[in-house]
Amino acid sequence: MQTSLIRKIIFDEKSRSLLVQTLVIGLFALFIYLIAQQTAYNLEKRGISSGFDFLNISAGYDISIRLIPFTSEDTHLRAYFVGLLNTLMIAVCGCILATILGFLVGIIRLSSNWLFRNIAYVYVEFTRNVPVLLQIILYYSILLNLPKIKQAFPIFNTFYLSNRGLFSPSPIFKEGFSIVFYSLIIAIIFTIFLKRFLKSKQEQTGNQYPIFFINSAIIIFTPILFYYIMGSPLEFDHPVLKGFNFKGGMVIRPEFLGMLFGLSIYTAAFISETVRSGIISVSKGQREASQSLGLKSSFIMRLIIIPQALRVIIPPLTSQYLNLTKNSSLGIAIGYADLVHGFGGISLNQTGRAIEIMLIVMLTYLSISLIISLSMNIYNKSVQFKGNA
Amino acid sequence: MSVIIQSLSRNKFYNWAYKNLFSSWVNTIMTIIAIIFVYEIGTFFLNWAIFSADFRTNFQGELITDRTFCSKNISPGEYGACWAIIYARWDQFMYGLYPIEETWRVNITYALLPLAIIGILFDKLPYRKLFIYFTFLFPFIAYFMLYGGPGLSTVGTNKWGGLLVTLFLGVTGIGLAFPLSILLALGRRSKMPIIKSLCVVFIEFIRGVPLITLLFTANVMLPLFLPDGVNPDNLLRALVAVTLFQSAYMAEAIRGGLQAIPKGHIEAADALGLTYWQTTRKIILPQALKIAIPPIVNTCIGLFKDTSLVLIIGLFDLLGIGRAALADMTWTKLYYEVYVFISLVFFIFCFGMSRYSLYLEKKLKTDNS
Repeated sequence: MQTSLIRKIIFDEKSRSLLVQTLVIGLFALFIYLIAQQTAYNLEKRGISSGFDFLNISAGYDISIRLIPFTSEDTHLRAYFVGLLNTLMIAVCGCILATILGFLVGIIRLSSNWLFRNIAYVYVEFTRNVPVLLQIILYYSILLNLPKIKQAFPIFNTFYLSNRGLFSPSPIFKEGFSIVFYSLIIAIIFTIFLKRFLKSKQEQTGNQYPIFFINSAIIIFTPILFYYIMGSPLEFDHPVLKGFNFKGGMVIRPEFLGMLFGLSIYTAAFISETVRSGIISVSKGQREASQSLGLKSSFIMRLIIIPQALRVIIPPLTSQYLNLTKNSSLGIAIGYADLVHGFGGISLNQTGRAIEIMLIVMLTYLSISLIISLSMNIYNKSVQFKGNA
Repeated sequence: MSVIIQSLSRNKFYNWAYKNLFSSWVNTIMTIIAIIFVYEIGTFFLNWAIFSADFRTNFQGELITDRTFCSKNISPGEYGACWAIIYARWDQFMYGLYPIEETWRVNITYALLPLAIIGILFDKLPYRKLFIYFTFLFPFIAYFMLYGGPGLSTVGTNKWGGLLVTLFLGVTGIGLAFPLSILLALGRRSKMPIIKSLCVVFIEFIRGVPLITLLFTANVMLPLFLPDGVNPDNLLRALVAVTLFQSAYMAEAIRGGLQAIPKGHIEAADALGLTYWQTTRKIILPQALKIAIPPIVNTCIGLFKDTSLVLIIGLFDLLGIGRAALADMTWTKLYYEVYVFISLVFFIFCFGMSRYSLYLEKKLKTDNS
């Protein structure tokens, strides 16, 4: 009787799998319990209190790079948001720059010119085989070796490059600028409807309309028109060298530039490879078929090649965006005040709440990763094959 | 004249150059721009790095013992790099603070490392079995040689540094992550919901957070999790983080290989009466791993580069040693020399690995067709 029960458990797939899973979950729970108990004991022994109340204590340190106001009297919670915004800022800017650079290099890699092709190849091999951290530090030290403020290097006499960053004019929005802004939004909405209308007309009549040119003209000229109607409501505050520093304008700090260059130059190498393989993956017959149909070469690229290449490019592109966002945490090495540097570094050292802070930081990165992959998945669905396939 | 043109058009080089460089006037302009670009960058870099650079002595023939002897600091604007810092810090770059009289132990380990790896890399190697046995023996030899044991004095890991730490973290991290990642990949494809969800959560969690947060966590929290007597040193803590990180990425690469195996293989194995483990070990894994090797190698390249992150938690890997050298007053400000040298070391390793992965991909293609 007993042996047959054991036999049943071992040789019946369902009961065996139930047994194994119960064992695993039991061991896992035991493991977690032991660690939790040990941690509680260790924390008590070292006199470290726990809880999330520290978020409301004033931080006591200053953050030089910030998008929202922050002083040392503000709370750790606010320091968290300053860091989060800085992380998001570098991630967004980095992704945009890396995409532009990556597509450019990827297309050059397929150029018919041997020299261009190989220059791009050398760029890709040298940047993707050197750690991104090393590149960030290298570009940062180049930026720090730029001329001092007194000898700042002028670009078009509006931007000044120095070892304290890039000084540029800052915009001042005067009364009436909001109307210019709203006119832009209305123009964009209008063009979307116009595009639909012209497309349906093209389906009916067969006539092609230069939709792209009409729409770009509307989007560009409407705000310009309103800008002059409202009496030029935008002015620039130019930086002027006074004494030892620039007055007025705004400054893009070398920490930000170093991160931006490091992350986007590194990631662009990977993006260029995905772009290249995406374009190669579209079979030659597609191009030949569209040529024999008499399509213009710009139409071939826009209507035939790119839509099919995007299907291959989007999934690896998503993972490159994720990598860039995660690599933005390396700001700590050069003092860029991102989430890990400010909240995860200084706040942690001041409050000693290692577990709570690392938990918050990790969950934040997890959510950012999740949001990026979700939105890219939605975009990916829109470019994939439609219909039964 | 026509004879010359005819003979030119038969010329292979001429044809190649015409097709690739001068096929149209746009192409010709691009070629000229590219030549100017390559010439400018090339001469600038070669001049800086080689022709007007200092190696051990400066332009006056003096041995360079600190940065004030560098030619570029004696007469600014005329001279390029000052590689003397690399010579002066060579031992640190290679061994960290490993005692000088014991560095032969590290050298022997470095020399044995290729022998331990070569058996895994090339499947048609003569006496491959012997090499594989050596691969399994190597960790014990390396531990004995590097850390010490009976007959050899103990060298604590706090004295390790430079290439030693970079290679240690890279090789050990990959070696330990490999079996773990196979289990994770199999677990993720398991039919048992609890095991599957545990693996999915682990893999996605690790892949969703930056390595630096894992390193921080391991560095700060590992001592909190463990009983009093057990206190892993900094290098071991970093190794734990690196291994977990690598195992998640490797598991995804292996999962790709597992998915490529046709279902018929599993059904055929079932029909033959093989158990799950027999099927996995003899039918699935050998095929899946073969397909998965190129992506696995790519994750290894990523990990090797990522070992440089440990400098943020205070370990002295190659980059950490470089920064320490720059912090030293006798050598400060020679950033480019140090960073270019370290880049070159990383480049050699990573480029080598990526060539190997390319070679495998080509071999796989010919094997299958």
